[in-house]
Amino acid sequence: MRIREHPILRFKERSKIAFTFDGRTLYGEAGDTIAGALHANGVKELSRSLHLHRPRGFYCAIGNCASCHMTVDGEANVRTCITPLKAGMVVKTQQGKGRVDGY
Amino acid sequence: MGTEEAVVIGAGPAGLFAAYELLLAGADVTLIDRAAQAGGQLVKQTHKFFGSKEHYASIRGIDIRHRLEHALEKNGDGRLRTLYSTTVAGFYADGALACVKAERYYRLHPEVVVVATGASERTVAFAGNDLPGVYAAGAVQTLMNEQGIRPGNRALMVGSGNIGLIVAYQLMQAGIQVERVVEAADEIGGYQVHASKLRRLGVPIETKTTIKRAFGTNQVEGAEIWRLDAKGEGIAGSEERLTVDTVCLAVGLSPLVELLSQLSVDTRFIPEFGGVAPVLDETYMTSRPGVFACGDVANVEEASTAMVEGRLAGIHAAGYLNRQIPRRKEKIQALETSLRTLRSGPASEHVRKGLRKVGEHA
Repeated sequence: MRIREHPILRFKERSKIAFTFDGRTLYGEAGDTIAGALHANGVKELSRSLHLHRPRGFYCAIGNCASCHMTVDGEANVRTCITPLKAGMVVKTQQGKGRVDGY
Repeated sequence: MGTEEAVVIGAGPAGLFAAYELLLAGADVTLIDRAAQAGGQLVKQTHKFFGSKEHYASIRGIDIRHRLEHALEKNGDGRLRTLYSTTVAGFYADGALACVKAERYYRLHPEVVVVATGASERTVAFAGNDLPGVYAAGAVQTLMNEQGIRPGNRALMVGSGNIGLIVAYQLMQAGIQVERVVEAADEIGGYQVHASKLRRLGVPIETKTTIKRAFGTNQVEGAEIWRLDAKGEGIAGSEERLTVDTVCLAVGLSPLVELLSQLSVDTRFIPEFGGVAPVLDETYMTSRPGVFACGDVANVEEASTAMVEGRLAGIHAAGYLNRQIPRRKEKIQALETSLRTLRSGPASEHVRKGLRKVGEHA
């Protein structure tokens, strides 16, 4: 899912970063956002709607729409589309609205 | 007297130019953006701009941003403070701004504020429009052009305005097959030159056609499009199924007026601008003295016009601060002429209409 060849832009392979997504170890690249790294791993479903529990991906990618909220390192409602990925992050699909204590 | 002289909220094309003019006029400027870097949506715009040289024609958006940042540094003279990764969360009745940066709260109390918060992408109603794999077109641009990640392999583009056409072309550049561009209106909305580039790549653009539904279990696996009759109703039996994993919606933008609404400035619903827009006087000032607005938050348009509006708002904001600007009148006239030129084409008819409506109200 990564672009390596492009007529205008250059995307070099960057250093790998390991993180955890719902208990699985995945790898992103330095400079990724969390949602971008998940996408590169083929994970498009980031959250569930509050009432009907329908799958949600990201919609706006610039932190406007709240569709990509996940629990990251115990913090709920992290906008994963604009939050940089860091090594060792624990990323979880969030159930419900999320509380201050992260659950 | 405020704690800051001038605050510009939003470091996109409009905000950067407003800051530039304020700095030129000698003001102290605090430039705030919630992103980690300046540029707004320019950072993902790999296409070349149109217009004349003064409008950065034939320069790519991603390069314009660097030029602007350089110009700010050069003219800043130590008077520019940038607060990036900073969200302005509140705009209070006494004129104070509540800002949040890295979980810390900052209170600013500027003498003038230029609001250049831009716009957010809209969605459109159809079954399955909430499935992962349905994105705003700009989101796909961010993912591809900023992050180097493909949204999928086969895409449907809904909307043929400039954003729809440009992003469809950029999808092809990134190796994603665009199966179709559909447009509900009778005519293609964007510039002919963008449509022609797509056609040369063999991407069909169909007017009077829209998406009926997206389907898939946990993400998009396909989409159904259908033709629209003269009343804009879908024609039963005209459905066509496309095997796509990505649906991009380029169906317009809405001004991000939340901060201005907190301040209860006069606003008006302008369908041509996709939502509620602030009422401005001829100096780009809102109904609240000292608070200015420019760019997409004032009227949803193009980056090229946002840049000119930003300069005008910056000059007027400097005037409000009693800053002297050499040849001020000539400068304003030249910029206003430039705006009229940019807006003279048939693709800008809705902008002219929207501006007339705002003008009627002011």
